[in-house]
Amino acid sequence: MSTRIAGFGATALAALALLALVPRLGNAYYLALAISLLQYTVLATAWGMFSGPTRYVSLATTAFFGVGAYTVAVLGEILPWPLVLLTAAALGAIVAGIVGLSTLRLSGVYFVIFTFGLTELIRQLVVWFEVNKSRVLGRYVFVNITQADIYWQLLALTAAVFLLGWLIARSRLGFALRVIGEDETVAKHCGINTTFAKVALFTISATVMTLVGAIMAPRWTYIEPSIAFNSMISFQVLIMALLGGAHRLWGPVLGAVPLTLLFELLSARFPNTFTIILGCIFLLIVYMLPRGVAGLFEKLSTTAGGKPTQRVAA
Amino acid sequence: MTNAILTGLMLGGMYALIAMGLTLQYGVARIMNLSYGEFLIAAAFASHWLFTGWAISPFVGLALVVPLAFVLNFAIYKLLLTPLVRRAPNRDALEVDSILATFGLTFVIQGSMLALFGGAYYSYSFLAFPVQFLGETVAANRLAALGITILLGLALYAALTRTRAGTAVRAVAVDPFAAQLVAINVPQASALTFALGGALVAAAGVLVSTFLTFSASSGVVFTMKALIVVVMGGVGNMLGCLVAGLALGLSEALVASYVDPGLTLAVNFALFLAVLLVKPAGLFGRATR
Repeated sequence: MSTRIAGFGATALAALALLALVPRLGNAYYLALAISLLQYTVLATAWGMFSGPTRYVSLATTAFFGVGAYTVAVLGEILPWPLVLLTAAALGAIVAGIVGLSTLRLSGVYFVIFTFGLTELIRQLVVWFEVNKSRVLGRYVFVNITQADIYWQLLALTAAVFLLGWLIARSRLGFALRVIGEDETVAKHCGINTTFAKVALFTISATVMTLVGAIMAPRWTYIEPSIAFNSMISFQVLIMALLGGAHRLWGPVLGAVPLTLLFELLSARFPNTFTIILGCIFLLIVYMLPRGVAGLFEKLSTTAGGKPTQRVAA
Repeated sequence: MTNAILTGLMLGGMYALIAMGLTLQYGVARIMNLSYGEFLIAAAFASHWLFTGWAISPFVGLALVVPLAFVLNFAIYKLLLTPLVRRAPNRDALEVDSILATFGLTFVIQGSMLALFGGAYYSYSFLAFPVQFLGETVAANRLAALGITILLGLALYAALTRTRAGTAVRAVAVDPFAAQLVAINVPQASALTFALGGALVAAAGVLVSTFLTFSASSGVVFTMKALIVVVMGGVGNMLGCLVAGLALGLSEALVASYVDPGLTLAVNFALFLAVLLVKPAGLFGRATR
């Protein structure tokens, strides 16, 4: 087993080293595409980390992404870059903690409803603050960060997220979450502190999303609330994670990569009907692939004569 | 002060009307419909088109739009949602599936409306003259809408409590399995209730369009308000819907006139959380688990 892990680690490191060379290609278009791919990979994986095992659908990806982006817009020129990232991560964690503590104690539906409105709520609060207190609406981002820097930061974050996800899955916390996902009442009777487990993982996942927003912010030179809190991101991330299969750590990547490329193509070709197509793709996935591509692989490997998977079909 | 309270009550009446349909859809058919607000906006556009294109009064428009919405929602339940109901092993799984499916539907409907009408704001002038009411000046269209809301609410309440079909619907809301034991056709009752909820939201859309400006992308806000009202009042409870709607409208109007209009949504959520922390099943809901 340990040789398998070592082999896997070596492959991952090699892949990481290869991917780190992408900016050296010198093609701006490919670099931009690679940034989009990484951005959605991290977001979808972070989404799956919480929503996969617990099966709580979070619709608040944009809220955290926006908090990160807006932190950069406000603090980008005042503080050194690492401190800006730290502040953004801390802010994201605080917001997630508050939201988690107030809704995750209750049933899952309230959490969904709250996350559904959270983006709008935070955007309204930011607008209110900017209009009444700071009296600026829309800020310029002038930081000394190149596209290649963004790429490398995202790559590092991707690696960190996968490592973190792997560690969590092997820890007591990960096990507790899987029990909660199967049956919350049973989990409580086993002596698992379900609220703590859920809030902890939600906070971790949200902090990662906030960091993505902060890292991506220098891509725009001008940020206003409607750009930072664009609800399309929540939706796209949800589609990607579902297509890939959120119950596996490596599932969301399988959805993020093809769909990012597809969306890139569609938004350029059909800008007016893009939302409709997006909705139709999403419905197709919900109906045809309820357990995502990862679920499909598992099914194929079991029917091909392999050992049956230990999980019962949801 | 009276003005703020009156505005709040009118707003609250509107929220209660909007939420009535959702409490039926979620409480009885167990479909958490995230595309709810899009149906409201679609009805608003229909009313706008009838009024500006054909000079048909919104009150006559109601008689056209509401039956159409009923049929359309019945078809949506039968075609799109029945497979999910069949597939789901338990109620929680159905909830997650219906959230996902209707979330996708949101974008299909919203995208279609954006393609048809663009992103501009629409409104039309209907009964837009001031009238005196309880010593305050209010717009006639808002007052008319409030009157129809009250009539609709009373009719629905009577139908649910005084008729055989209404009793069956309430039985399904309490326990879908036990309802089958007393010879209630649960799939049929669920489909009809979902359609009835759709018809109610269409009525709300027509009424709202007479006094509010709306755009193709403003459906989400209505979905959110409806969800908050439904959960706050207790799922599937008409009286809870009314009380929660009025509370929401009042708090919004008071905050808008005395604190800051930009903070209404924050107040909505604060109220929502405060109620749930004290009574997790909602104001009039019964604890199920």
